[in-house]
Amino acid sequence: MPVVVRTFATAAEATAALTSDRSARFIAGGTLVMRALNEGDVGISTIVRLEERALSQIRTVGARVTIGAGATLVQILRERDLAFLHALARSIGGPAVRTTATVGGNLFAPSPYGDLAVALLALDATVSVMSGYGARDMALEEFLAGRDRAAGAIVLSVSCDRPPNPDSFRYRKVARVKPKGVSVLSIAASISAVGGRVSGARIAYGAMAPTAIRAKAAERALEGRTLDEGGVAAAIAAAAEGTQPATDAIASAWYRREVVGVHLRRLLLGREA
Amino acid sequence: MPKTALQFRHNGRDAAIFVDGGMSLLAALRDEVGDFSPKFGCGQGGCGACTVLVDGEPVVSCITLAESVAGKSIETADGLKSGPELHPLQTAFMETFAAQCGYCTPGMLMAAKALLDRNPAPSRVEVVEAISGNICRCTGYEPIINAILAAAARGAERRA
Repeated sequence: MPVVVRTFATAAEATAALTSDRSARFIAGGTLVMRALNEGDVGISTIVRLEERALSQIRTVGARVTIGAGATLVQILRERDLAFLHALARSIGGPAVRTTATVGGNLFAPSPYGDLAVALLALDATVSVMSGYGARDMALEEFLAGRDRAAGAIVLSVSCDRPPNPDSFRYRKVARVKPKGVSVLSIAASISAVGGRVSGARIAYGAMAPTAIRAKAAERALEGRTLDEGGVAAAIAAAAEGTQPATDAIASAWYRREVVGVHLRRLLLGREA
Repeated sequence: MPKTALQFRHNGRDAAIFVDGGMSLLAALRDEVGDFSPKFGCGQGGCGACTVLVDGEPVVSCITLAESVAGKSIETADGLKSGPELHPLQTAFMETFAAQCGYCTPGMLMAAKALLDRNPAPSRVEVVEAISGNICRCTGYEPIINAILAAAARGAERRA
């Protein structure tokens, strides 16, 4: 069924259009919204677009990177400053999806999709969101928790600090198909160590809950420990705590809970997948 | 509901069509332009049968909003040939038996073209990565990978 397409020059105008119409959806690359339209989603009567190139800049100031919500995964892959996200970006979609799939859109991808959000959660990213009340920054964790109630809001950008060294940010996507497939689960971890002991680790999972979530029990169990077989044992034991994975075409909830600790252990010990 | 006028370049020619709101690029190409080379597979961006190039970049046209290509240049498998001459990729696909039922072929060809345009001498791993968004259910990937490598090798010969 045809829908109304409204294109705006500014995020403020687009937000106003979204707020005034409950059946309006914001479209960026289209990988989520066009799919819904192809499946005959009658809940969408209007799609709201922003003009080309708005919100697609990537800026680096010192260690801080700010990625426009409209930046595509291909843009990330072509940006040297974002090398820490390259393996991750290559694990999402195929080349023809990565040319259109955006950073902002990935934050809305339902489980088991949305691997970029997992990495950004581990990197303690901040999201800049425009709503009827204006633009404001919030922690990604807070954003994800309220995502489904965020009607009428548009993500403008995400920001995070670049990892201090390549080893301090780790990411792993577990899929059944190589070189790319949908996640059985994905894990990202930001790990800094003081005198060989882990301090303030952030671990995030994808496909282990309706949105990307933090593995807080595992994070706590890792605090002050060393990254060796004995040091990570408590974190592995707590790996599935607080998760609520779904059973879908890719894997069962039981299987995801069973293997999350196996993959977390390999990630923390730097072992092959 | 009113239709929207849309103009873009299609395989080197101007195309001017009217599209329904929310129409995909794939539907616009097939139903309005009459180019049936891109195929409808999954409608979810998961199979790659509808892959076309937009300003040289591969996109899955089934989940691309038609209106988003206004003023851009679209290349499809239908535009690969030059008169009676097949594109080197098409010749290589024929010679290495890289098309059995042929449904994935237009998408495979365009994914391969996107790769070779950017990287004329790819490694086998790079070829596998380039077609990783394209699903084939009958030919098998080996002949397709070999065809793309053969086309690249032939291109290198021509340049030498």
